[in-house]
Amino acid sequence: MREFAAELATGTGDPGPYAPFPHRVISRTKETADTTTLVLAPIGGGKGARFSPGQFNMLYAFGVGEAAISMSGDPSEEGTLVHTVRAVGNVSTALSRLKPGDVVGVRGPYGKGWPVDQMRGKDVVVMAGGLGLAPLRPVIYELYSHREDYGRVEIIYGSRSPTELLYYDEIQSWRTRTDTRFQVTVDSADRNWYGDVGVVTQRVPDARFDPARTIALMCGPEIMMKLSAQALEARGIAPSDIWLSMERNMKCAIAQCGHCQFGPYFICRDGPVLPYARIRRFLAVREV
Amino acid sequence: MTSLGDAPIVLTEGTHPFLERFDPKFLAAASANAREMRFETDEYVFREGERAQRFFLILEGKVGLEIEAADRPRLTVQTIGPGEVMGWAWLVHPYHWPVAARALKPTRAIALDTFVLHRYFKLHPDVGYRFVLRLMPVIAKRLDDTRVQLADIHA
Ligand SMILES: Cc1cc2nc3c(=O)[nH]c(=O)nc-3n(C[C@H](O)[C@H](O)[C@H](O)COP(=O)(O)OP(=O)(O)OC[C@H]3O[C@@H](n4cnc5c(N)ncnc54)[C@H](O)[C@@H]3O)c2cc1C
Ligand code: FES
Repeated sequence: MREFAAELATGTGDPGPYAPFPHRVISRTKETADTTTLVLAPIGGGKGARFSPGQFNMLYAFGVGEAAISMSGDPSEEGTLVHTVRAVGNVSTALSRLKPGDVVGVRGPYGKGWPVDQMRGKDVVVMAGGLGLAPLRPVIYELYSHREDYGRVEIIYGSRSPTELLYYDEIQSWRTRTDTRFQVTVDSADRNWYGDVGVVTQRVPDARFDPARTIALMCGPEIMMKLSAQALEARGIAPSDIWLSMERNMKCAIAQCGHCQFGPYFICRDGPVLPYARIRRFLAVREV
Repeated sequence: MTSLGDAPIVLTEGTHPFLERFDPKFLAAASANAREMRFETDEYVFREGERAQRFFLILEGKVGLEIEAADRPRLTVQTIGPGEVMGWAWLVHPYHWPVAARALKPTRAIALDTFVLHRYFKLHPDVGYRFVLRLMPVIAKRLDDTRVQLADIHA
């Protein structure tokens, strides 16, 4: 394994479709007790691959394994990749422990992202639960940097508690913008929290948008997406205008192994972002 | 500090969404002892265990409902904002607040005297019935929201 890492680092060997490109960790920010944001730069320089908001990379922790991790940086920034990782198992824990200077393998970007072209000229509702904000952050950068291209923008972010909020300082500055409403709610909080307490679905009834010309984007636990999609549908948004980012176990990420199958779809190729109209019936099934 | 409005309040259908389409006679009766109350940030609207004698119609601001236990810090479990109502413990034996309510920003609310409401509903059960029918969806919605909260949907 160490030889492989050395080969990668020096760029020797035969790169196949599974070969990760070596990147160096250039910074590491602890977001919460179990979640870390890494900024990576390709070893040897270069601009790195461009990506669309909603796509993901396979990150390879040498000697441990690979995991699908969403792009969570600004898509207009070249030369670096930003990934936010929650330590839940072997690979994600190894990735979370990387320090500046360490090397990590990257292959991607993969998958279909958020329907940015369809969003232009429309109202946009973004709903994130927990770590689900990570794959939505690139699209939030896009919305803010081309604000005039979109109608009303409502962002609703829910977290278990104030200590589990990601990108805390950035959210504070986003919330000061008057051209967008960014609501944050938590399941419960201690006395020092003066924000909203409750679930994201409670924020839907008074969100401001024209249902006939709105695109909704959401990412979070499936139960959160299902209930949020139902709440948006009750407000009149068509299921084909509600887009969900799905997670399934990934191995190859190039539609070869079938690990990520979800109903008739391969999440790595047909998703991870899919319209609710196409997947709603599979969301009710225990394991598809 | 909490300040009670000096002038007595005359409730109308437009005072608060909860009062829409109520009989003017009932609104006139409920105006007796009704007060507009203001709470500064961190001021308690009521505390856990106190006798529930008021029904609140929130006009402005935000109130957090808190639960307390000896072995853990106070926890805010829900927030209530403008256009919403707060407190139905006055309809449920033993008529004590099961939670505390603290203003999380400067808050303005109308407080109805529940003794007046009880008395009116005894004399006019049809209005009481309509009032409860108006309150039930609020209670059902809170129960639904709590259920969703328990499902840990923001994990
Ligand atoms: C498109 C996509 C984008 C993603 N983006 C991100 C991202 O941006 N950030 C991020 O942190 N994650 C992301 N993920 C999730 C991440 O890829 C998975 O969590 C991955 O499995 C982590 O690998 P691991 O080896 O650390 O954990 P694994 O060992 O694969 O464990 C993953 C989960 O399964 C549970 N688990 C593992 N083994 C068992 C077992 N034997 N019994 C019961 N439960 C078990 C673990 O507790 C954990 O919750 C994404 C996934 C997809 C598909
Ligand atoms: S991960 Fe192999 S088919 Fe999608």
